[in-house]
Amino acid sequence: MKIGFLNIKDNTFLTEIGEIWRFTMRFFREINKPKQEYEEFVHQCFWIGYKTLTLVGITAFIMGLVLTIQSRPTLVEFGAESLLPAMVSVSLIREIAPVITALICAGKIGSGIGAELGSMRVTEQIDAMEVSGTNPFKYLVVTRVMAATLMVPVLSSMANAIALYGGYLGVNIRGQVSWHLYWFQVFDALSFGDIIPAIIKTFFFGFAIGIIGCFKGYYSKKGTEGVGRSATTAVIVASLLVFIIDLIAVQITDLLGLT
Amino acid sequence: MEMPVITVEKVNKSFGSNHVLKNFSMQVMQGENLVVLGKSGSGKSVLIKCIIKLIEADSGKIILLDEPIMEREEEELDQLRSKVGFLFQSNALYDSMTVRENLEFPLRRHWSKQEREAGSEQAVMEALEDVGLAHTVDLMPSELSGGMRKRVALARSLILKPKVILYDEPTTGLDPATSREISNLMVEVQEKYHSTSVIISHDMNCIRITSNRVIMLIDGTCYAEDLYENLIKSKDPKIREFFE
Ligand SMILES: Nc1ncnc2c1ncn2[C@@H]1O[C@H](COP(=O)(O)OP(=O)(O)OP(=O)(O)O)[C@@H](O)[C@H]1O
Ligand SMILES: [Mg+2]
Repeated sequence: MKIGFLNIKDNTFLTEIGEIWRFTMRFFREINKPKQEYEEFVHQCFWIGYKTLTLVGITAFIMGLVLTIQSRPTLVEFGAESLLPAMVSVSLIREIAPVITALICAGKIGSGIGAELGSMRVTEQIDAMEVSGTNPFKYLVVTRVMAATLMVPVLSSMANAIALYGGYLGVNIRGQVSWHLYWFQVFDALSFGDIIPAIIKTFFFGFAIGIIGCFKGYYSKKGTEGVGRSATTAVIVASLLVFIIDLIAVQITDLLGLT
Repeated sequence: MEMPVITVEKVNKSFGSNHVLKNFSMQVMQGENLVVLGKSGSGKSVLIKCIIKLIEADSGKIILLDEPIMEREEEELDQLRSKVGFLFQSNALYDSMTVRENLEFPLRRHWSKQEREAGSEQAVMEALEDVGLAHTVDLMPSELSGGMRKRVALARSLILKPKVILYDEPTTGLDPATSREISNLMVEVQEKYHSTSVIISHDMNCIRITSNRVIMLIDGTCYAEDLYENLIKSKDPKIREFFE
């Protein structure tokens, strides 16, 4: 098919989008089929949490601290220094903590899943599962996507808390705000309209990271090079998707009047 | 007369412009060990993967244990696949699992929980003893040598006591002594369970010990089909190539 200068049939970008769409649809078909792999699901949740916990924690702490330190001068200029906890907490909860967590997960989990499934594909382990009567899509893909969908929000909530703690330290480097006052100001500034949409979008982040990692790995090209490429492209596409979802999410919350 | 267990009829398979199987036909009878011989890249692995529908053939007919597998959906194949053992050329051991977990993997789908609790340990040890590797049960595949991995993979494909076994180069990479042991094991399995096998091999010792019949796959078709004893006496240069 040809539309203007676009040759749809040979367009690898569009083909890929189509394939990812088909893969996602297959995920929703398979998830309802009998014989759920609970054990593997729990195992994957544990691994995803375990692998990213420290990294997410450290990054969130630094983000909270740095953001606070850097925001202070601007607020001081307007004589609004007392608004520091409120401002920092809103930007952290709404945007920074969820997106940074998702990006770290895209790098760590996306590449991990891409490489793992890729090497299983290349060494015929996925074929071996099929022959032994285990549905590899269900065993490998469904469990990992579900685990990522569940764990990214968990990690992101944890990142929220740690980042806010970093903010507390940041506020107290120059100023004097008591522990109680800080949290009072933080929760005073935050409404459900800030927290709930931010949490909801992390589920989508997690889902996208899981699906892309699995897609890239599951259809990995033969050879070691193929595995490497699966891992890298999984990270790139998943990170990009995180931003796209973020963009869509902000539009929706905007339309709903939650901002 | 024995019944055919595997019937392959006029099967074609190509990858792009690479026509691997061209109107290929063969039959494997109940209780028979059939060896498929052919040059590297001639499509032997593709052939046995088509038989179990890991690769879908383009056209033709494949009947496995009375099931026309090309008309079956994935889900319907599960039950059938439990009756088939498949040894991959690359072994395909799950490298994130121990040897024990590798062997238990086929059981998890086809045995109930009670059956597994009662019998899986024994089944695993028995299968490993058959290939002489009982001491490796708690090791990871990466800690095994190439030949040991092959034997573990063999144990895994035999653990469900399948009716049909498809071996893709079972003795490649093994020393002559182990290779002979494995070949003898394959014959034993055949006699004990009256199973039917398709064996892909280049190893003349293995072929001599295990084969009831040999098929030569050349240029995507069945070039010759005879007993091993007759083929080694053949004057045809294309056949002689393999036996020199
Ligand atoms: N998934 C695939 N995609 C594209 N081409 C393939 C694929 N699998 C196999 N082929 C091609 O099919 C042909 C036969 O491959 P096959 O693996 O069956 O060879 P073989 O007879 O098993 O060789 P060997 O003895 O080296 O294992 C080769 O030319 C190979 O390039
Ligand atoms: Mg092969």
